[in-house]
Amino acid sequence: MAQIKLENLAHSYFVNPQHPWQWALKPMNMTWKQGGAYALLGPSGCGKTTLLNVISGLVTPSHGKILFDGRDVSRVPTEARNIAQVFQFPVVYDTMTVAENLAFPLQNSGVSKDMVDFRVREVAHMLGLEPIIGRRARGLTADLKQKVSLGRGLVRSDVGAVLFDEPLTVIDPHLKWQLRAQIRRVHAETDVTMIYVTHDQTEALTFADHVVVMYQGEVVQVGTPQELFDKPAHTFVGYFIGSPGMNVLPAEVDGNRARVGSHVLELSAGVNGTAGTGRYEIGIRPEHLKVARDGKGWPAAVRRVDDIGRIKIVHCDLEGMSVSAIAGEDDEIPSDHVVLVPESNRIHLYCNSCRVE
Amino acid sequence: MQKPVDNRAWFLVAPVFLLVAFNALLPLMTVVNYSVQDTFGNNQFFWNGVQWYAELLNPDSEFGGRFYAALGRSFAYSGVILALEVPIGLMVALSMPKRGAKLAACLVLMALPLLLPWNVVGIIWQLYARDNIGLFGWTVNAIGIPFNYTNNAVASWIVVVLMDVWHWTSLIALLCYAGLKSIPDAYYQAARIDGASRWLVFRRIELPKLQRVLTIGILLRFMDSFMIYTEPFVVTGGGPGNYTTFLSIDLVKIALGQFDLGKAGAMSIVYTLITLSLCWLFYTAITTRDSREIAG
Repeated sequence: MAQIKLENLAHSYFVNPQHPWQWALKPMNMTWKQGGAYALLGPSGCGKTTLLNVISGLVTPSHGKILFDGRDVSRVPTEARNIAQVFQFPVVYDTMTVAENLAFPLQNSGVSKDMVDFRVREVAHMLGLEPIIGRRARGLTADLKQKVSLGRGLVRSDVGAVLFDEPLTVIDPHLKWQLRAQIRRVHAETDVTMIYVTHDQTEALTFADHVVVMYQGEVVQVGTPQELFDKPAHTFVGYFIGSPGMNVLPAEVDGNRARVGSHVLELSAGVNGTAGTGRYEIGIRPEHLKVARDGKGWPAAVRRVDDIGRIKIVHCDLEGMSVSAIAGEDDEIPSDHVVLVPESNRIHLYCNSCRVE
Repeated sequence: MQKPVDNRAWFLVAPVFLLVAFNALLPLMTVVNYSVQDTFGNNQFFWNGVQWYAELLNPDSEFGGRFYAALGRSFAYSGVILALEVPIGLMVALSMPKRGAKLAACLVLMALPLLLPWNVVGIIWQLYARDNIGLFGWTVNAIGIPFNYTNNAVASWIVVVLMDVWHWTSLIALLCYAGLKSIPDAYYQAARIDGASRWLVFRRIELPKLQRVLTIGILLRFMDSFMIYTEPFVVTGGGPGNYTTFLSIDLVKIALGQFDLGKAGAMSIVYTLITLSLCWLFYTAITTRDSREIAG
């Protein structure tokens, strides 16, 4: 059981990093609360796995500190950290039975035999592995192997956190939901900190209380799924969370008025766009663009309409910028021109990709 | 789709059948033919039934005793070879560098002995192990241990065993190295997280993952050493006495030395059957394990 704190943590695989791209993890400060269910979300190559390996100790960070309950563990080896990790591809000890697999970490740390048996039975019960406890791990299906792998992490009573590195990649789709629900249930029963790495937003949003979005080695936002949707702190978050992603349009800003193409928008009163200098963009989610036949708004040409059942996604051309909007399943969409009406309180202003409050 | 049936299609198989018959079946049948006949010269042959086989398999007869002794030596030789080459090969593979120029150098050096022809290896060791002009034999004698493989049974065995270990251990090592390379990093990381010792990593991860390549390696080395002929022929010629007369060497002595075609024929057939049945054992061991794996 542990609270994990990152202090100015950064990592580079280069000895003396000069350029931003040489950082696998850019300097970050963060606290992972004990008992939290976190999802670490981001595209491939954004540093998620590196961050996970830094926490578990498989990678020693080049800069900064990592603290477990206030104790500096930056240089403490993996086996002394009490961290469990479940990998992308199921890792089981082939020649051992399920029970032996579960007992393995305990035996290595010299736990008494009675205690080992007790913990193995407890964990097997929690994960529903009882019927196969005597089977050799070699012949199990991928989802059962992943459960065994998770069980090896949970079996240590002192485990500080369980880290998942895209654990459902090789699981059949219909079993993914089951396994994810089971992980959630285990989280509720054990109150252990869980960090779940994924590039799949559905997985992240259904698993976690807090989602940590990473982009190019940086943590760009930490928040509940609702916060990520309502107030994306970075254009990448807006683009990555939601389907389709947020529309990001280049803009010119003067005070709290923004010019997008030939249109001028009133931003909410508090925003002062001239405070920062740099590249400005306007973000608006497709859900917050109403599609109308005519009237006041942004006239746009319809390029394509995707009917995905409950909603229709309208892809438009707005003065050369591509914009998508969402319409209800019964809405009639004209095939040539529409007028897009933005909800004015749902417009976000970004300066150099970061949200301006 | 309805497949047309035309028995004339069998003629299409005829070339292969003829080829196999000409280079495999007919020579084998010649051997079978000799094994059931006897001759007193002048190219006159007499029907002898299964007498040669009976004599061969009877340990009390002179011929049978000789056969079982040679067979025992062959098994002992293969056993010693495997007991040395498999562990050494494994250890070499485990301690090989993982990447870079050192790895390339290792791979080239280790592949070199594998490229040498058998009789060249035989000649190298024949000279290398001599007590008067060979570096190895001379050195051993110089440090005070009498070593002469031409008149000492133990010394002759040491030479033929060392020679094979020198020639073929890299095969096992390279196979194991390839097997080790294919183990994903996640296994080693999981082992670190589980606090496993180096020995347990070997015992629980590396060895099980190497099982398949090791089986192939053991099969290859067993078959090769069980049929070995050229190297001991060049180095010791089967001596001193009969101490290094393995089955293949004895067979040639009978067939071409004494020109006992009937005995040699019977021995060839039995030798072939032993090899075939051992192959079959290995094969079924591998396939049943694989199917058990699939069935779970």
